[in-house]
Amino acid sequence: MDNNRRTFLKIAGISAALGLSGGIPLSLQAYTPADVEYVPTKGQITGKRWGMVIDTRKFTKPEDFQRVIEACHQTHNVPDIQGNEEIKWIWTDHFEQVFPSSSNPYLAERYEQQDFLLLCNHCNNPPCVRVCPTKATFQRADGIIMMDFHRCIGCRYCMAGCPYGSRSFNFSDPKPYVQNLNPDFPARMRGVVEKCTFCAARLEQGQMPACVEASNGGLIFGDLSDPDSEIRKVLRENFTVRRKVELGTNPCVFYIV
Amino acid sequence: MFEKALQGDRRYWAWIIFLLAVMGIGSIFYLLQLVNGLTVTGMTRDVSWGFYIAQFTYMVGVAASAVMLVLPFYLHNAKQFSRMVILGEFMAIAAVIVCLGFIVVDLGQPQRLFNVVLHPTPNSILFWDMIVLNGYLLLNIVIGWSNLHAEHKGLSHPKWVKPLVYLSIVWAVSIHTVTAFLYQGLPGRHYWLTAILAARFLSSAFCSGPAILLILALIAKKVAKYDPGEKAVQTLATIITYAMVINVFFFLLEVFTAFYSDIPGHTHTLAYLFTGLHGAGSLVGWMWVMAVCALLSLVLLIPPQFRQKPELLVPGLILLIAATWIDKGLGLVVGGFIPNPFEGITEYAPTIPEIMISVMIYATGLLILTVLWKIAIGVKKETGSA
Ligand code: SF4
Ligand code: SF4
Ligand code: SF4
Repeated sequence: MDNNRRTFLKIAGISAALGLSGGIPLSLQAYTPADVEYVPTKGQITGKRWGMVIDTRKFTKPEDFQRVIEACHQTHNVPDIQGNEEIKWIWTDHFEQVFPSSSNPYLAERYEQQDFLLLCNHCNNPPCVRVCPTKATFQRADGIIMMDFHRCIGCRYCMAGCPYGSRSFNFSDPKPYVQNLNPDFPARMRGVVEKCTFCAARLEQGQMPACVEASNGGLIFGDLSDPDSEIRKVLRENFTVRRKVELGTNPCVFYIV
Repeated sequence: MFEKALQGDRRYWAWIIFLLAVMGIGSIFYLLQLVNGLTVTGMTRDVSWGFYIAQFTYMVGVAASAVMLVLPFYLHNAKQFSRMVILGEFMAIAAVIVCLGFIVVDLGQPQRLFNVVLHPTPNSILFWDMIVLNGYLLLNIVIGWSNLHAEHKGLSHPKWVKPLVYLSIVWAVSIHTVTAFLYQGLPGRHYWLTAILAARFLSSAFCSGPAILLILALIAKKVAKYDPGEKAVQTLATIITYAMVINVFFFLLEVFTAFYSDIPGHTHTLAYLFTGLHGAGSLVGWMWVMAVCALLSLVLLIPPQFRQKPELLVPGLILLIAATWIDKGLGLVVGGFIPNPFEGITEYAPTIPEIMISVMIYATGLLILTVLWKIAIGVKKETGSA
């Protein structure tokens, strides 16, 4: 289904190019699909389609969330900016905000009061990739939605495109807002968008995502395409929900509620 | 022909210097934005497009509107437009340049603009918007300039221009359709996720653009003694009226769909815009002004005996411009972001730097328009076709 759709889009794009402007063969030659070839290096963790399960039963105290969020934001030099120009890769919100279409007035109290973790869903059919005019946002073959900070022109089209509010924009220079700069991860410049990378850089070094490591088993990360993987086992044994499935983006982050 | 732009009376030069001064002041604010980033604007994580993109959207409509003269003139031989068409084509040039200006100032990394060309991405509507806007700019420069040049030389319009003219008609429709597609295909943005958006864009373009053109032409009539012709004015006023009726009708279709279905995603933005939502409603006043302006403009424009009187036609057009500007240049883009993906509300208001930078871009457009019209009117007068 997804492959069909991608092929259709490709054909539609090419025929639109031919129909509307026979004069730009250049753009056709240069057109590469969003799936960028992904060459694994030695020692890294590889998968065909990465996904994450959030076991919300294991996040009960504020510290449970804080630990995970700090692990991510510390590792990736996510600036601590207050107000509505904030940058966040992983954060929390209430049920109603996280699952607006599944909320109801008689929701069990424990859900109503509970916080839920939010991050980029690394959608299988990501609108952010579809709209980006420079391929600064792209989808790797293993499903990770990546960003090239050096290519991004800061048009913020991807922010309009993402229905999950997963992206942040550097309205100003983020560096002054980063405490304890992690020299192993690049700090961003002003004028570009950023978001969770599923810790692609850590996977390359054979490490699990920082949030997963800090979660005490609350987050399960793994290869969705491998029926024997732990994540598939967890998905088999638990009922899970995803955010806004009705939009057809096919999120790869699952919640056990 | 360019020399015509260099010969003018004191009033002409005072106007040029005034525009240059405005551009100068605005560029100081743009410098401020270049140094500090888009943090000088009122935009936020939730409302990530604001005044710039809204102005861009409005001006694409103004650019597309030239077709409302070009089409009847070339396709239906509507001779009454012979003195007007060139003004429309030249206004399109200025309007597209304004559009491109708004895109550039909206970028977080403007120096990387050419990445759009270096990494062409056909799946992005922004890529196509760049193609159609630049193409339209080029078409209008070539068509307008060569036609004027021929007239200057006392020749009839060169033959090779004809196919380009036909192309420009289709192209004008495409620029506003593609601009609507920028918004129209986004999951989760309910206010924009409507198949009628492109049609709404076109209908509003075909009334607001010609209305602006007509007002400017009437000003030119006063200051440059260049009469576009009573028949042209009236024909255009009729076209504007029909387009506005359709525009209002399309908007009401949206209102019906939203409130009869009562699907929250569809009603929320409209409710936010017209009544406020959860105590937030900074655009409510504006939207009601829009509604009143739209209705009044229809009252003044629909009865022929009204719109034939200049003293009623002009206020009718101004009300129409105000209504369409509030709808597209304020409500549409900001409304698309409210409520945000978490059903929360973050309000937006442009800041002083944002407004000054926008004024700078509009002044640039007016400068280009003044110079181009000066040349066109100069040539027309010289060859006696005025
Ligand atoms: S959650 Fe948003 S940013 Fe992440 S892949 Fe999906 S659409 Fe893109
Ligand atoms: S802001 Fe950057 S990543 Fe987002 S769509 Fe524009 S170029 Fe692509
Ligand atoms: S996967 Fe990595 S980047 Fe994404 S939220 Fe977890 S720690 Fe942050």
